[in-house]
Amino acid sequence: MNIIFYISAIIAIYSTLRAVLHKHAVHALLYLIVSLLSVAVIFFILGAPFLAALEVIIYAGAIMVLFVFVVMMLNRGETAIKQEKEWLQWRAWAWPAVFVGLLLIEWLYILFGQPATGGASAGQPILPGQVGEALFTRYLLGVEMAAMMLMAGVVGAYHIGKQKQRTYHRYLENEADARRAAVSESAKQEAV
Amino acid sequence: MMTVPLSVQLLLAVILFLIGLLGVLIRRNVIFMLMSVEIMLNAAALVFIIGGSRWHQVDGQAMVIFILAMAAAEVAVGLALILQVFHLHKTVDVDRLRELKDE
Repeated sequence: MNIIFYISAIIAIYSTLRAVLHKHAVHALLYLIVSLLSVAVIFFILGAPFLAALEVIIYAGAIMVLFVFVVMMLNRGETAIKQEKEWLQWRAWAWPAVFVGLLLIEWLYILFGQPATGGASAGQPILPGQVGEALFTRYLLGVEMAAMMLMAGVVGAYHIGKQKQRTYHRYLENEADARRAAVSESAKQEAV
Repeated sequence: MMTVPLSVQLLLAVILFLIGLLGVLIRRNVIFMLMSVEIMLNAAALVFIIGGSRWHQVDGQAMVIFILAMAAAEVAVGLALILQVFHLHKTVDVDRLRELKDE
C-alpha cells in the first residue's frame, strides 16, 4: 500500500508541475488530468472510494471537458505558444518561486519539526453508504445550499456567456434601430 | 494497510497546493490561472480526505463533496467570463485587462 501511495504521489507532483509550467494549453490539460487521476488513486487508498470515483467523474471528466471546450473555442493555435514562451521568462517566475519555496520550508518545519501527535489511526475505508447517510441527515442544509449554488452557477454562466448583438458604431446602431422599427411598422400595416 | 506517516501525506497536499499557488503567481494566461486555482482546490480536498481517514469520520468526505460542487460552479462561471473577456478584448493576458485601473 505504501509503495502505491509514494508512486502516485510522485506522479501527481510531477504532472502538476508540468501542467502549471507547460506552454501548450491542451498538453497542460492532459497533464492535469493525469495528476487528478493519481490524486484519485490516493483518495482510494486513503479509504475514500466514493470520493475517488467522484474525483474521476467530476474533476477529470466534467471540469476538464469544460476546459478543453474553452481552449478549443478560443482556438489560438501557434501564436499562443509563442506568446507563452515570451511570458514565461525566468525573470517572471524567479521571485514567486523563491517565495513559494520559503512557504514550503515553513510547512516542512511545521510538519516534521514537531513531535507527532496522537490520534486514531486509519483503518477501514469509509463506504459510500456512510457518506450518503451523513450527507442527507447532518449535512442536509449544506446539500440544499450546494444545489442552489450550482443552479445559480448554471444560470450565471449562461447569462455571462450569452453573445450579445453588438454594433460597433453609434450611427450603425441608429440605422439598425431604424431598420427594425421600419420592419415592425410594415408588419403592423400589413396586419391592418 | 497503509502506514505512511500523517506528515508525509500532508506534505503531498502542501506541495500540490504550493504548485497551484506558483501557477497563479507566474502565469499571465487566464486559463492557466483558473487551472491553478483548480489544483489548489484539489489539494484542499486532499487535506480533508487525509483528516477523514485519520480520524475515521465521514465529515471529511462530506466536505469534499461540497468542494467539488463549488469547483464545478466556479469553473462554469469562470470559463464563461474568460470567453466574454476574449470576445471583448481579443486577449487572455491578465496584464492587459485594466479597465478598472485608476489612471
